[in-house]
Amino acid sequence: MAAITTDQHGHGHGSGEPDVDYIRKSKGLMSWLITLDHKRIGVMYLISVMVFFVFAGVMALLVRAELFTPGRTLMDPDTYNRVFTLHGVVMVFFFIIPAVPAALGNFVLPIMLGAKDVAFPRLNLLSYYIYVLGGCFGIFSMINGAVDTGWTFYTPYSTTTNGAVVWMVMAAFIAGFSSILTGVNFIVTIHKLRAPGLTWSRLPLFLWGIYATSILQVLATPVLAITLLLLMLERTMDIGIFDPHKGGDPVLFQHFFWFYSHPAVYIMILPGMAIVNEIIATFTHRKIMGYRAVFISSLALALFSFLVWAHHMFTSGMSEYANMVFSALTFLVAIPSGVKVFNWTGTLYKASIWVASPMLYGLAFLFQFCIGGLTGLFLATLATDIHLHDTYFVVAHFHYVMVGSTVFAFFGGLHYWWPKMTGKLYDEKTAKICFWLIFVGYNTVFLPQFVLGSRGMPRRYYDYLPQFQFLHQVSTVGSWILAIGGFWMLFMFVQSLRNGKKSPWNPWNSAGYEWGSPTPPPLENFNKQPVFTRGPYDYHLATDAELGEEQVK
Amino acid sequence: MIHILSLLTPAPAAFDLPPAIATEAPDVDWLYNMIYYISVFFTAVITGLMLYWVKIYKRKKGDKRIETPHFPRLEIIWTVIPCFFVIFLFHVGFKAYMKQAIAGQDALEIRVRGQKWFWTFRYPNGREENNHLYLPVGKQVKFVISAADVLHAFYVPGARVKKDAVPGMYTTMVFTPNVEGDTPVYCAEYCGAPLGYPEPALEGAPHGGHSAMMAMIHVVSQQEFDKFIKEGPKRPEGLTDAQWGGKLYKENACVTCHTTDGSKGTGPTWKGMFGKPVELNAGLSGGVGNTMVDEAYVRESIAKPQAKVVMGFNPVMPPYNLTDKQIDAIIEYMKTLQ
Repeated sequence: MAAITTDQHGHGHGSGEPDVDYIRKSKGLMSWLITLDHKRIGVMYLISVMVFFVFAGVMALLVRAELFTPGRTLMDPDTYNRVFTLHGVVMVFFFIIPAVPAALGNFVLPIMLGAKDVAFPRLNLLSYYIYVLGGCFGIFSMINGAVDTGWTFYTPYSTTTNGAVVWMVMAAFIAGFSSILTGVNFIVTIHKLRAPGLTWSRLPLFLWGIYATSILQVLATPVLAITLLLLMLERTMDIGIFDPHKGGDPVLFQHFFWFYSHPAVYIMILPGMAIVNEIIATFTHRKIMGYRAVFISSLALALFSFLVWAHHMFTSGMSEYANMVFSALTFLVAIPSGVKVFNWTGTLYKASIWVASPMLYGLAFLFQFCIGGLTGLFLATLATDIHLHDTYFVVAHFHYVMVGSTVFAFFGGLHYWWPKMTGKLYDEKTAKICFWLIFVGYNTVFLPQFVLGSRGMPRRYYDYLPQFQFLHQVSTVGSWILAIGGFWMLFMFVQSLRNGKKSPWNPWNSAGYEWGSPTPPPLENFNKQPVFTRGPYDYHLATDAELGEEQVK
Repeated sequence: MIHILSLLTPAPAAFDLPPAIATEAPDVDWLYNMIYYISVFFTAVITGLMLYWVKIYKRKKGDKRIETPHFPRLEIIWTVIPCFFVIFLFHVGFKAYMKQAIAGQDALEIRVRGQKWFWTFRYPNGREENNHLYLPVGKQVKFVISAADVLHAFYVPGARVKKDAVPGMYTTMVFTPNVEGDTPVYCAEYCGAPLGYPEPALEGAPHGGHSAMMAMIHVVSQQEFDKFIKEGPKRPEGLTDAQWGGKLYKENACVTCHTTDGSKGTGPTWKGMFGKPVELNAGLSGGVGNTMVDEAYVRESIAKPQAKVVMGFNPVMPPYNLTDKQIDAIIEYMKTLQ
């Protein structure tokens, strides 16, 4: 008895009528620009975030190149400060926050729910254009002298320095609204548009992750908006809320900023974890061990993320007792993170594991998330944090979480859903070579930075003492390997679009709901209303027909 | 034999921490090492299991798809045990931290002021010094830290402590130097960069504003320390006044903003400045029109930099507390830059 009632199987075996997929449904640039189809909006987001990603990545390469030798290598100190600020601002606000939810989430979420679209398709298009508008402000700021504040915009530096700070702050402010609207849209969609049979206990873990993320986006982003608005008022009208000469408090800005930006860390990592759940389930052919523990830990992380913001400020001059409370609360985060890691690892036990390219990224995620998470213990422990705060140790730690975990998961998701999105296969062998370049390059960049930080190398330094040179050079060479892998991967995807083989409807033999629709999906995702009669990971219930022709060799 | 033994016993500090110079540091190092070994252990176990299972449970054609086994007891164990572990870490970490936060009654009090891009230290007897701090060995020191312009952070890696310097606020930190010798101080909170590529205020420091904001702590014996704080700043032997002025120009970080070769900087260049009139920025200061750069103007601009700001520059210079002799030396130095 087929567990998913769709028209899928006829299509898969070529006996049904040919569907017109969403790509060929209508033609011309305008049919994309004013589309209400969540899949096309997802693709437009994907292209946009990749443009920003490449730009901010090049900024990172410039930063690493400057640090190849002590003293002046490429640019002046002032230029260097603007370059690393652009790297941070663009990566955080224009790449990593929208990358998984808005790009991949938009594409996959309604299909996983068995829905035709998101709850508010027009709002969805609006949030895309708000994001683009924010991007335009960012670009405007860049051509007007850019910003040298770092992505954190700490006062009073940000209120007194030269440059187009207001424009850049405005860019982040506007992009925040896009984030809020996407969050609202997804929450409503998950609540209201689940297909018959899709109970909460069958909800795919990807959607649990996106759901937790959306709650954070809706609750935390307004705080960022208010903070940035106050910063703009401070700069333009000198209201003095952060200015000690007028009775204001510069540390207040940090509290406001991290009250958003700490949850924002979970806005970045939860979707990454969400993708890894899907990848591990598909490539082990089983449900993630402790499904319930995994989604509860996602919600727990979302909750705890609101309670730990001041651990970014242990040296800021807060009272010892505030430090004590925030240190204790921060340790709470370790528990759900640990539960997830143990469950992912446990899922592999006696499973049927296929190490295809998305799974490689999934396994690398697991390894790197371990490092990112465990180095967090050094930073939650007060005494060691005081030494390591604002050094390269912190830089390495959050890059292990943001890049080693989220970006690797994003790449994994991109490989995993690429056939679904485009109907084309990419060259698996090239994908694996690119993975190894990215993996080796990435770890060569950031492992030495832990050592640099422990030895006392502060972050955001243009120049350094000769004793730090060797490790900086190793790190810079790593950035070149990473760049080769990254650009090659992008080229591989472009090649796949041009002359990739046609994808079978279920190239990974997944039981996930989204593979129950044709590949690539038609405009309304399913040719008739699907009814779910099993969970998305019930491989023992899924029929051979549902999983498609076995792809593993 | 001794060599082999020293290899087997744990080193006082892990291979990647700088040499410790304070009595509070070993507690931090012990914690660091413990978390380090635990992290390596867990990463190795997780990664090892992952690789092993991926290898032995590789998918073969026709593999049976069975339901994921469920181990409720195991799940409880791996939730509860980490709880105890993090409570322990929190406790030890907080205890070690408090030693670096609370000073004893008879601690030596040093005022630290951060400004773009140098550190000023004031001793209890009022003596001030830039970028060089002398401390007596074995005496607990309480640092009272503030900032003149933007955020900075006073970071002493050898003592494993740092604290932000915040405008409009005093922050404190404590350590007890226990090894005679020099140890560097860095600025750990981003504070920008000057225009161009000026020399750092401290000789041998890195360039670039925030990264150039380095000071040196000299831990000396109590006798040497007492001798040092009693004697005021005086002209080093064998130098002319102008040469001493040149030295002060660097030590007081004038060099980060004022060039001596006529190139553009954050402040006006000193080349050819002395003895000639300059146009003043009426919008920013009490002075209007022109003023002659003479002894009186230089003296006023050092003590009260915002009083008469030169046209085309921002009022960003902090006030300086220099002696008459030091100001005279700087004037003599400026005269040589024609």
